[in-house]
Amino acid sequence: MNKTVLKAVLASVLMFGFAFALIPLYNTFCEITGLNGKTSGQVTADEILKKQIVNENRLVTVQFDASVNSKLNWEFRPTELNMQVTPGKLYKTEFYAKNLSDKDITGRATYSVTPGKASLYFNKTECFCFTEQTLKAHEEVLMPVTFIVDSKLTEDVNIMTLSYTFYKLES
Amino acid sequence: MSHAAVADTHDHDHDHKPKGFVKRWLMTTNHKDIGTLYLIFALTMFILGGAMAMIIRLELFQPGLQFVQPDFFNQLTTMHALIMVFGAVMPAFVGFANWMIPIMIGAPDMALPRMNNWSFWILPFAFTMLASTFFMDGGAPAAGWTLYPPLVLQGGQNLAFAVFAIHMLGISSIMGAINVIATIMNMRAPNMGYLKMPLFVWTWLITAFLLIAVMPVFAGAVTMLLTDHYFGTTFFNAAGGGDPVLFQHIFWFFGHPEVYIMILPSFGIISEIIPTFARKPLFGYVSMVYATAGIAFLSFIVWAHHMFSVGMPLGGELFFMYATFLISIPTGVKVFNWVSTMWKGAMTFETPMLWAIAFIILFTIGGFSGLMLAIAPADFQYHDTYFVVAHFHYVLVTGAVFAIIGGAYYWLPKWSGNMYSERLGKIHFWWSTISVNVLFFPQHFLGLAGMPRRIPDYSTQFAEFNMWSSIGGFAFGLAQIFFIVIVWRTVKGKGTTKATSRVWEGAKGLEWFIPSPAPHHTFQDGAPVNDEHLAHVSSH
Repeated sequence: MNKTVLKAVLASVLMFGFAFALIPLYNTFCEITGLNGKTSGQVTADEILKKQIVNENRLVTVQFDASVNSKLNWEFRPTELNMQVTPGKLYKTEFYAKNLSDKDITGRATYSVTPGKASLYFNKTECFCFTEQTLKAHEEVLMPVTFIVDSKLTEDVNIMTLSYTFYKLES
Repeated sequence: MSHAAVADTHDHDHDHKPKGFVKRWLMTTNHKDIGTLYLIFALTMFILGGAMAMIIRLELFQPGLQFVQPDFFNQLTTMHALIMVFGAVMPAFVGFANWMIPIMIGAPDMALPRMNNWSFWILPFAFTMLASTFFMDGGAPAAGWTLYPPLVLQGGQNLAFAVFAIHMLGISSIMGAINVIATIMNMRAPNMGYLKMPLFVWTWLITAFLLIAVMPVFAGAVTMLLTDHYFGTTFFNAAGGGDPVLFQHIFWFFGHPEVYIMILPSFGIISEIIPTFARKPLFGYVSMVYATAGIAFLSFIVWAHHMFSVGMPLGGELFFMYATFLISIPTGVKVFNWVSTMWKGAMTFETPMLWAIAFIILFTIGGFSGLMLAIAPADFQYHDTYFVVAHFHYVLVTGAVFAIIGGAYYWLPKWSGNMYSERLGKIHFWWSTISVNVLFFPQHFLGLAGMPRRIPDYSTQFAEFNMWSSIGGFAFGLAQIFFIVIVWRTVKGKGTTKATSRVWEGAKGLEWFIPSPAPHHTFQDGAPVNDEHLAHVSSH
């Protein structure tokens, strides 16, 4: 009987751990499948460009979207709303941010790409994702994003959206 | 003959009940006393949660805000659900398990009697803590029983109390489950093989495994809420790289098996009642066992059907839709087996049988609306409407609660030694069954017409159905007060007759071979189990 009880207790403890193991599992799963618009962070341009087979006739639209969390008193917007790109080539765009308050504020951005399956083909070679940005009072900056839409992007995707949200970093 | 043989071993029935409240109840390790405590606790919580439902229905009686403010209304819906799920339905089943499992398998007590005492006495503290949030600044949790972030993190300090209450009742459930498993696997009487166990024992064994598998996951999820709120972690906070949708995945990984935790023991109770009053052995006993196990397995791979509208890829929606459809197969096996058990049986319709038949019909209605909700494209219309409310109240009220009440009538003569009044029992049944349908059936139409759940006010075109629903609600609530009166009169022996040890003419199973009321200690010297004692093995 002690064996049964021991096994049951052990199983409960393991399942408690499993709840926490679900977080890396979920993130990995999302990264592999592109669920939730998660792309695999920043990559180097050269590596990606080597693998591209460019079809000059193909054009897809990339839309840019920016928003700030209500707690953050910043202005934040893309400098251009959309861009026609050829998959396989390197492009650059900029986002504009301004601190509207009289205090220095640190923020952090998250991003996503929709549709989810397109996120697998969206490579950012330079971005401001997850890095802390401190803007002094009334300071304004232009933040660059360079990206390559992979030439293996499936035919049914013609429009994709890169969306950034800035949050106030609570210290 | 065998009846007499078993009863004889208990003729020296000088109970040895401990004297005094503290020794008898607070320090008890007796499975029957702990079972009684669980059942009384569950009934108390049922009335408390029911009182909240009455205020909810009062507010919804007419459009506009009449009695309560929206924030308090949200606290009521949240607490009503938490109390009914964790305070009423689950403890009621643990009460049945404590009372019946040792007797049904011929064991003298539960395997771990002291832990059994602990698992019960944690509960009153957990729920006192949870209910105390009503009197705090900012009130009780109001984000719904599913506790979705970010909303739940924006409430007051009640979160800490709710989380610790959930931890405590999680520990209680896990200890209860371990006890059930240890009892069933180690303490069966000789000749009580696994496939000779009554189905109630089987369903509880499987339920106990579900509890061990998912209660810790829920504990983990609420712990993450706690650290997100107080310690600056960002598990569910997008600003720190977390994801609020992740909470929904973890919650429903627990939540879907949880709904089967609340229904599998009902299946067990119904499978005991039907053969008794149909005077036939349960049809397809082995298929019932496998169907229960099948349902339990499937419950782990369908969770995302609760969240079709969060934005899942098509493949995910299809997988969870088809997996959910699959559950209707083992569930259908059970329903057809119950019906086949009744087929050409010599049926009588005593009160427990009436509840069991109503269970089959009304639970099946709840199952069908569940199938409608499982259709991913249609779910976008039904999601978070009163259709969902109607669905889960059909499976939980006319499902789980009806089985609990039916089981209570079925075993009350064994517990108390007195026959309840059939006349009052039947009045209670018809009163409840008619009113519960007036209460919940119109909610299907409200949901299809677009009325969202968890709101204190609504558009005027929903007024009439809501009024009917409220009237049904008040009548159903009152009927349960009547139930308490019936139970009280039975236990006190007012207007009742003495119950025989067999109680029901067609009853089989070890519990009917001990005297009524069941002596404080049973099967101290082991139980001689012959196949003719058992309901399920007599046919072959």
